[in-house]
Amino acid sequence: MPPLKLTQSLLYLDGVSVAFDGFKALRGLSLSLDDGEMRAIIGPNGAGKTTMMDIITGKTRPDSGEVLFGGTHDLTTMDEAEIANLGIGRKFQKPTVFDNHTVEDNLLLALKAARGIWSVFVARRHAAGNARIDDILGLTGLGDARSTLAGGLSHGQKQWLEIGMLLAQDPKLLLVDEPVAGMTDAETAKTATMLKHIARDHSVVVVEHDMDFVRSLNVKITVLHEGAVLAEGPLDVISADPRVIEVYLGR
Amino acid sequence: MSALNRPAQIFIGLLVLGAVLVPWLSLATSPASHLHIPEYVVTLVGKFLCYALLAVALDLVWGYCGILSLGHAAFFALGGYAMGMYLMRQIGVRGVYGNPTLPDFMVFLGIKSLPLTWWGFNHFAYAMLMALLVPGLLAFIFGWFTFRARVSGVYLSIITQALTYALMLSFFRNAMGFGGNNGLTDFKDIMGFRIDAPTTRAALFSASALALVLGFIIARLIVTSKFGKVLVAIRDSEARVRFLGYRVDRYKLAVFTISAMMAGLAGALYVPQVGIINPSEFAPQNSIEAVIWVAVGGRGTLIGAALGAILVNFGKSWFTGALPNVWLFALGTLFVLVTLLLPRGLPGLFSRKPRPLKGLPSPGPSSPIGEEPHAAS
Repeated sequence: MPPLKLTQSLLYLDGVSVAFDGFKALRGLSLSLDDGEMRAIIGPNGAGKTTMMDIITGKTRPDSGEVLFGGTHDLTTMDEAEIANLGIGRKFQKPTVFDNHTVEDNLLLALKAARGIWSVFVARRHAAGNARIDDILGLTGLGDARSTLAGGLSHGQKQWLEIGMLLAQDPKLLLVDEPVAGMTDAETAKTATMLKHIARDHSVVVVEHDMDFVRSLNVKITVLHEGAVLAEGPLDVISADPRVIEVYLGR
Repeated sequence: MSALNRPAQIFIGLLVLGAVLVPWLSLATSPASHLHIPEYVVTLVGKFLCYALLAVALDLVWGYCGILSLGHAAFFALGGYAMGMYLMRQIGVRGVYGNPTLPDFMVFLGIKSLPLTWWGFNHFAYAMLMALLVPGLLAFIFGWFTFRARVSGVYLSIITQALTYALMLSFFRNAMGFGGNNGLTDFKDIMGFRIDAPTTRAALFSASALALVLGFIIARLIVTSKFGKVLVAIRDSEARVRFLGYRVDRYKLAVFTISAMMAGLAGALYVPQVGIINPSEFAPQNSIEAVIWVAVGGRGTLIGAALGAILVNFGKSWFTGALPNVWLFALGTLFVLVTLLLPRGLPGLFSRKPRPLKGLPSPGPSSPIGEEPHAAS
């Protein structure tokens, strides 16, 4: 018998709280994301955005609350690797790629495949994987940098490579933390196009400070403040909310 | 990248050539000939080849996976003890006390029957198996606890250092039953051949060269596979690897265990050539010296690590003969210079290809329980 689905949402957080040395990073955060949805999460520093991602990806355990993926998987009992294999990919705030590997090898390591030691030891390149890597190189505009060591890429290119690695993982849900921090306007625009393309067949959660970027995504927005949801809705509703103006936009 | 690329072929070719040619030049030429290799040189270089295998083992974990083990000589010494125990049991009635089963030190200490730990060591195959399994098992248990608890960086290095130090103190004790302070020595035969015979010396040289070839090929197969790419990825960004769905602890555990077994094999071949194994082989200094060989030869190169071991030890032999008081200072200076100026070791002097490489022991504070919880942003 398949386990009972507790919710229709792809990602479901209910009453999640966590404290570090007395500092309450999250206080009763509740959030629900539909399958195929793209969501932007904004909030001032210390609002709990990164902590939320840490909890979803198993890096941090919540003190209390429920975190469900696909309605059945309790993410609070799983570790990072299990959660990744379940279909949740994560992009860090600071671009994190493998500097001493080529762009192509970075994608190869991310590519969806068996992760056990022996199967990885005997793994050989295959046509389907190569084709997938070519696709991603095209989408991220890194085709010419294929054989470049990732350490030699520009900041923007590293961000794209990391997004590309997420795609190679082929997750159901992508968590993207501040993808355009430190990017030029042109790079930001390109990133927005890239994420919108990705959102066509993946669920995506984007944490971002850059309001212009959030506006260009044109999706539902969740505002976090002091570890809980302050407001939720489309950008015009959010930007008209007096509480949001008070804590965030007003500054 | 092919496992046996051109440099690897040359390296293996030279070792195989050496394994054949050196014994021949030592045994079949007259001592007056220019081509003659004296016996002491054969043994000296044979010893260096064992060090080279230890360096390859260390490079596999440090150069490729970023695990800076400051206790790798412990695995080397354990392999050495396994071989030493076999050699002790070959002495038999030729010992001072003429006891057919008990080694002299046991008779001297009043031990009446052979301790369980010594059973089976009269068989060469069993002893060789133990030379691999004991270091492997210790590495596995050690890694099981440390890697799962996500101990890394300097904290891990310190624990490996503590491991070898603790083993040294234990092996110093007579009650451990491994000869205490004096260790194991006065060996007579190995596999029925006199251990000090020139032919045995030559055979041990060849065995060491071939063991290095074997260890090198295994290491090359690992580092050129996708498994090896994962290891390098772990070295560069452990968290990223984890979020890609790889179980980092298992990868580290696997490579650490394989490396320890390689070190054990090196130790087992080393002992019959030097004729003694005692607890000082566990001294932290030995492990640190091995790290210097790898740093000098170039981390993450395997061949460089092996050559580094041979080069530094030739230096040591020369210095300790010519300027005995200077050696430790020279070694220390070498390490500091290589660390500061040549992150890729001496080969970095000749290579112009720029390559990003992370700093020596992974820089920056890393928490013993892995990453600290992020302050929320």
